[in-house]
Amino acid sequence: MKDKEMARSMYASMYRIRRFEEEVFEFYKRGLMPGLAHLYIGEEAVAVGACAAIRPDDYIGSTHRGHGHLVARGADTKRMMAEILGKKTGYCGGKGGSMHIMDMSLGILGANGIVGGGIPIATGAGYSCKYRNTDQVVLCFFGDGASNEGTFHESINMAAAWDLPVVYIIENNQYGITVDINRVTKEHDLAKRAIGYGIDGYTIDGNEVETVYETVSKAVSKARSGGGPSIVECKTYRQHGHNGGDPGNYRAPGELEHWKERDPLKLFRAKKYLTDEEIAEIEKSVDEEIRQACEYAVESPYPEESDLMTGIFCE
Amino acid sequence: MRKIYYRDAVREALDEEMARDPMVMMIGEDVGPNGGTWKANLGLWEKYGDLRMKDSPISESGIVGMGVGMALTGMRPIVEIMFSDFMLVAMDQIANQMAKITYMSGGQRGVPMVIRTTIGLGRASAAQHSQCLNSLLAYFPGLKVAVPSDAYTAKGLLKTAIRDNAPVVVVEHRMQYSQQFDMPDDADKNLLLPFGKAKIMREGTDLTIVATSTMVGKSLTVAEHMAKDGVNIEVIDPRTIKPFDYETVARSVKKTGKLLVVDEGNTSFGISGEIGFGIMKDVFYDLEAPMMRVCAPDVPLPFSPVLEKLVVPNENMILEAVKKLV
Repeated sequence: MKDKEMARSMYASMYRIRRFEEEVFEFYKRGLMPGLAHLYIGEEAVAVGACAAIRPDDYIGSTHRGHGHLVARGADTKRMMAEILGKKTGYCGGKGGSMHIMDMSLGILGANGIVGGGIPIATGAGYSCKYRNTDQVVLCFFGDGASNEGTFHESINMAAAWDLPVVYIIENNQYGITVDINRVTKEHDLAKRAIGYGIDGYTIDGNEVETVYETVSKAVSKARSGGGPSIVECKTYRQHGHNGGDPGNYRAPGELEHWKERDPLKLFRAKKYLTDEEIAEIEKSVDEEIRQACEYAVESPYPEESDLMTGIFCE
Repeated sequence: MRKIYYRDAVREALDEEMARDPMVMMIGEDVGPNGGTWKANLGLWEKYGDLRMKDSPISESGIVGMGVGMALTGMRPIVEIMFSDFMLVAMDQIANQMAKITYMSGGQRGVPMVIRTTIGLGRASAAQHSQCLNSLLAYFPGLKVAVPSDAYTAKGLLKTAIRDNAPVVVVEHRMQYSQQFDMPDDADKNLLLPFGKAKIMREGTDLTIVATSTMVGKSLTVAEHMAKDGVNIEVIDPRTIKPFDYETVARSVKKTGKLLVVDEGNTSFGISGEIGFGIMKDVFYDLEAPMMRVCAPDVPLPFSPVLEKLVVPNENMILEAVKKLV
């Protein structure tokens, strides 16, 4: 950990994601959240460590389990929560919902409801950085499930062939809905696929935020200096089911307990980068922020009928 | 008036737009030194370099998705998909991503990109290298679909597409690349044909034909032939099928009382049904005969030329339908 400021910022960001997702789940259970809630709880260190390694003018591509990436990138939790509740004040005016939040002012290319759908889009943003001759980079987040989509192969092959500045971050949370990745893929270390593309691949502990930060920083620095893409596989764990309504009965006995011991926030607190008082202070401030986000979302109006047919095109 | 090959009209559009805007580039299979499978961008790789005229691997989803990412970050990419059929490989990126991102984001961002693709029954290419998917593309809200019918519209619609802030699929016809057409002298670098504005190619009073792509030329031939018998046919080229100019077609049918749609797409669930239904509320009491259509039958395209020629709408089929109507 570089310094106290970084420790504060990383813990605040992880805790912000945790609290945000807990409130999303509450809304979901109370029937106030329309649609599906794909929670990021347990995977916070990946988004926070990776986003700490990039600059404000860089890009990120996200997924259906995207709240964590967006919060880590600095998205406004009020507008996020409003979008998730389908409100007019949300990022997308209530037209996208949980799986489609975008904020181009923060370089967020958008969450994506199709598994693997965002990988070529992020890769195109990488082509754009090279084309426009900027030294921007792109972080492309996706899960172990998406690593078996065709777009994974097509995109990384092109990024490697043309040295595009993209870091592909596989959040290996072990499950595609109910299916254990190890039951459908022979080689369990997914970053080894990098060998086939002639690029660097790292398989790391995705629950250690410092490890994620250090590894992604290395890959970002290579990408920024024209060295091309890398794959960073972060082994992590989805502490909730696939979505809010999935109790996760397919897990092996003791598995969840094991991973809760390895909870990224818990691991971070144990490192003692911050004192108990400092932790409490951060948590208090974030709790208040999330409370305000929820209040804002609940009190915001729904879209009007006249909003239905607007925004199909952006002239 | 000058004579120009269709492929050269396409190249003029690409060249002019790439010269005008440094953010315009093209990516696709064989578009580099080879000059494109249809030779419609011959010489542009040499002129604009490898980054702007990019040979891609055979990765249709990948390159369409890359186009979306480029379009979201300040560029105006043109993705070439050699045959319409191959777009089906990339359908998630086309229908779920490219078409919908603007709306899903609450109108935050346009996706200013173009897919150039082709249709073209008639070359014994069988069921996976010929089909017309225009109506399928037009189905998705958020996409625009332009269908040129000659060199002039190939140039003018492509240029408009490149400057549009929405994703546009421009469907060229591969049987026309090597054909020569008249190009008006004023069709210079400022030629921009508006979308959603049909062109009345020939005025008439007895029957309206709405035809797309190569069917415009075939319908005009039939119209000239029938004129000798005193039958006066109006021929309309919609130019874009999404947006579609219902108004011009409805006005024409109110005048003639009769509609024939001629299209290379399949008969069922194609654009003919949509055109008929789309204007019905305006023309119902003016109709003097049931609407008719000449389209490809609902069959995967057969290989053998003997069978294929039964599928491609031709002048005789159009003439037969016209005679039934008048």
